[in-house]
Amino acid sequence: MSTSETRPPALLTTSGLVFLGVLGAAVVLVPALNLLTAPDSALHVPTYVVSLLGKYLTYALLALSVDLIWGYVGILSLGHGAFFALGGYAMGMYLMRQIGPRGVYGDPVLPDFMVFLNWKELPWFWYGFDLFPFAALMVLLAPGILALVFGWFAFRSRVTGVYLSIITQAMTFALLLAFFRNDMGFGGNNGLTDFKDILGFNIQADGTRVVLFVLSAVALGLGYVLCRFLVRSHFGKVLVAIRDAETRVRFTGYRAENYKLVAFVVSAMLAGIAGALYVPQVGIINPSEFSPANSIEIIVWVAVGGRGTLVGAALGAVLVNYAKTYFTSGLLAPYWLFMLGGLFVAVTLFLPKGIVGTFYDWRARRRASDDIPGAEPAAAPKPAE
Amino acid sequence: MLLALAVLSAAALSAAALAGRAEAQDVGGALAQLATNKYDDTEAALSVLALSGDPAAVGIVSALAEGRLVFGGTPPRVFIQGEGGALLDPLTRQPVADAPAVKPVRVNNRVRRAIEAASGALSLVSPDPAKRLEAAQAVGRSRDVAALPALDAVLAKETDPKVKSALALARASIVIGQAGVSEADRIAAIEVVGAQGNQDALALLRSVPADASPAVKDAAAAAIAGIERNLALWGAAQNVWYGLSLGSVLLLAAIGLAITFGVMGVINMAHGEMVMLGAYTTFVVQELIRTHNPGLFDWSLIIAIPLAFLFTGLIGVIIERTVIRFLYGRALETLLATWGISLILQQAIRTLFGPTNREVGAPSWMSGSFEIGQLSITYGRLWIIVFALLVFVALLAVLRLTRIGLEMRAVTQNRRMAASMGIRTNWVDAMTFGLGSGIAGMAGVALSQIDNVSPNLGQSYIIDSFLVVVFGGVGNLWGTLVGAMSLGVANKLLEPYAGAVLGKIALLVIVILFIQKRPRGLFALKGRSIEA
Repeated sequence: MSTSETRPPALLTTSGLVFLGVLGAAVVLVPALNLLTAPDSALHVPTYVVSLLGKYLTYALLALSVDLIWGYVGILSLGHGAFFALGGYAMGMYLMRQIGPRGVYGDPVLPDFMVFLNWKELPWFWYGFDLFPFAALMVLLAPGILALVFGWFAFRSRVTGVYLSIITQAMTFALLLAFFRNDMGFGGNNGLTDFKDILGFNIQADGTRVVLFVLSAVALGLGYVLCRFLVRSHFGKVLVAIRDAETRVRFTGYRAENYKLVAFVVSAMLAGIAGALYVPQVGIINPSEFSPANSIEIIVWVAVGGRGTLVGAALGAVLVNYAKTYFTSGLLAPYWLFMLGGLFVAVTLFLPKGIVGTFYDWRARRRASDDIPGAEPAAAPKPAE
Repeated sequence: MLLALAVLSAAALSAAALAGRAEAQDVGGALAQLATNKYDDTEAALSVLALSGDPAAVGIVSALAEGRLVFGGTPPRVFIQGEGGALLDPLTRQPVADAPAVKPVRVNNRVRRAIEAASGALSLVSPDPAKRLEAAQAVGRSRDVAALPALDAVLAKETDPKVKSALALARASIVIGQAGVSEADRIAAIEVVGAQGNQDALALLRSVPADASPAVKDAAAAAIAGIERNLALWGAAQNVWYGLSLGSVLLLAAIGLAITFGVMGVINMAHGEMVMLGAYTTFVVQELIRTHNPGLFDWSLIIAIPLAFLFTGLIGVIIERTVIRFLYGRALETLLATWGISLILQQAIRTLFGPTNREVGAPSWMSGSFEIGQLSITYGRLWIIVFALLVFVALLAVLRLTRIGLEMRAVTQNRRMAASMGIRTNWVDAMTFGLGSGIAGMAGVALSQIDNVSPNLGQSYIIDSFLVVVFGGVGNLWGTLVGAMSLGVANKLLEPYAGAVLGKIALLVIVILFIQKRPRGLFALKGRSIEA
């Protein structure tokens, strides 16, 4: 019999329920307002907005994956954009193969850029991408295997902290350079674009866009539940312990590197899924997704929302990207980088726990003062030692 | 080229002269022939003069060219018409007492060509060794058989060793492709050419005709192999030089980072922007000099170095006091905050100076190049290497010999102990950050010479700089030096095999793997802490 003290925390907390509720509402409302209202109606949501929101949701999933390893394991990956981009490229390759003879050069098999480069046959690594199940598998495997190999090396030799951050950055930088090369067979500088349809549906059609949006929301929701499940399990407790005192965990008899590796690979796969959903909604994937600056930006989404809160990461991603869309398309465009930079500084200085983390603190403090008036605010519950 | 043509035709003439007109073998005979005032005789006389090597011949030929060579009297003699119409003896250049009525020696186009040829050939025997050298090289490049007799003639007389070897080379270059020459002679020629060991020699040896005898071909093949080995060595040396040059750039960019990172544990992502600010300081200094005092332009970099140091150092201190001091102990968060600062600085520069590249000129002492063997060394690169090493040494001296350096080292090794010994760690932190930023600014002055001065300048160095610091080992300047140089050289040595981009990728992978092996870099600080 488990007593109330040893019972694990609920899978879904209040904020988690609110988060899933909002997502659910979006899944119902956005498609309805897009498909069922007249285009001139005040309530109509244009398709481009649907895709934009879908893009935010994929970013939110990406932020979630970063929060899993940064917030709970303390691994600051400055290369998570690489996993996102790899998932995106896997999906992009499938979409390229779907173009078939409808490309500019009309080659039944080769994508346009290969015809342009005067290639005669498909490189071996493009085989199989005409089949959706294979491509879907690669969306998981490509980032997963990279994370497995990279993490296996890095965690085994106990590369931690700043050093790990810098070599993850070197990893994404190396991939950036590699994917820029035409000879790699991934479209070089231009990347993959000009997609026509996905699983037989026209990729530009309103219906397809709405379905992609719904899928992104569902993926985000499932990703959230998965992460919650992981972090509240025994496995998750060990992760947090590694974050706080890796050596002590090691001395207690845990193979810290294995725990970290599993978390890292899961996180990379989530990022890959986010990338795969991102590409059909945006319509292009190119090497700039690998750029180190992108990966650092992901970190700031998580930091703004609140590191180690999951919900906060998703919220931060949506808020920062909404701000980016809003500010880069107006009179304020030249000042966007000032604002983004200022945001980085302000969040680290004044809001180290992010929006959601600060909210949790405030709530905990209020509850504590409600229970015992005049008492010290309760700190976050500490794991038993 | 003109010279080469001239020498050739002179040689051809002389060959004809040697064969046909044996009567005029010396300068005296040539003068007699000139006095006949017949085109054929003039031409023949010119060829004799060309081969004579007599110092007087030069004067005679140039007088003919200028229409000052005259003849008259009975029997006809030639004179040179000096200043004011006085007649001079062509050999002694002394005025003649009984001047007859004279007419200039006639010239037509054919004779004019012969004159050019003769003056060309005479430069082979010119008293000035530099001129002889030039003429010999010109003949060698032309590779015309007709020049052989002339070459043989001068080769026998030549005393200057440099000119002599140039003549021998010229002769060998000609002989090598000749079927008519004896085998031993050709093999000797191949040896002479092979000893040169450069690209030209390689081309010459490859031109040995296919119908040459096996011995000649073997000799040529051996010589080619030797030269290729030699060239490969020089090529490697050149790559190492480029690598050192790149390494010194990396060193400049990374050394400031090594201080802030090593001493303070701060990951300063805005470090690249400090480099960029230093480059823009140079730009502003040069603009001011251009508008106010153009004469000082050659001093612009010297003036910019301290200014850049002070300016970026000041910015660094401001950043440390306003942002970073609140983040000590949270290394990963300093990374975020300084990344934000870097975005702000970039955008600020973009707003002030525009997004395009700004032109920063090179002072005269930084342009040009010189050669050592097959190595070409540009002054710009050389100065940057020197500057990087100077900065390195100066920094070492500051850390070793000054009070603030002592305090910095104390804080690096044990911050709390240092504080309890009365060191104001706050102040040391601010100074350290200022010093690191100031060095980045000085790096910017140097980089403005070899890179585009644009708001993105810093971005391209930040990843490499971090790799250098991490590779070399945090908190050890020697590690940074070795790290920068080895990454620079490795990069340039990989490039010929893998191409620039793949080489860079390979290097990144190598560093990533290296970190697995030595997670604290090449020169790790030794300590007992399990967390290192």
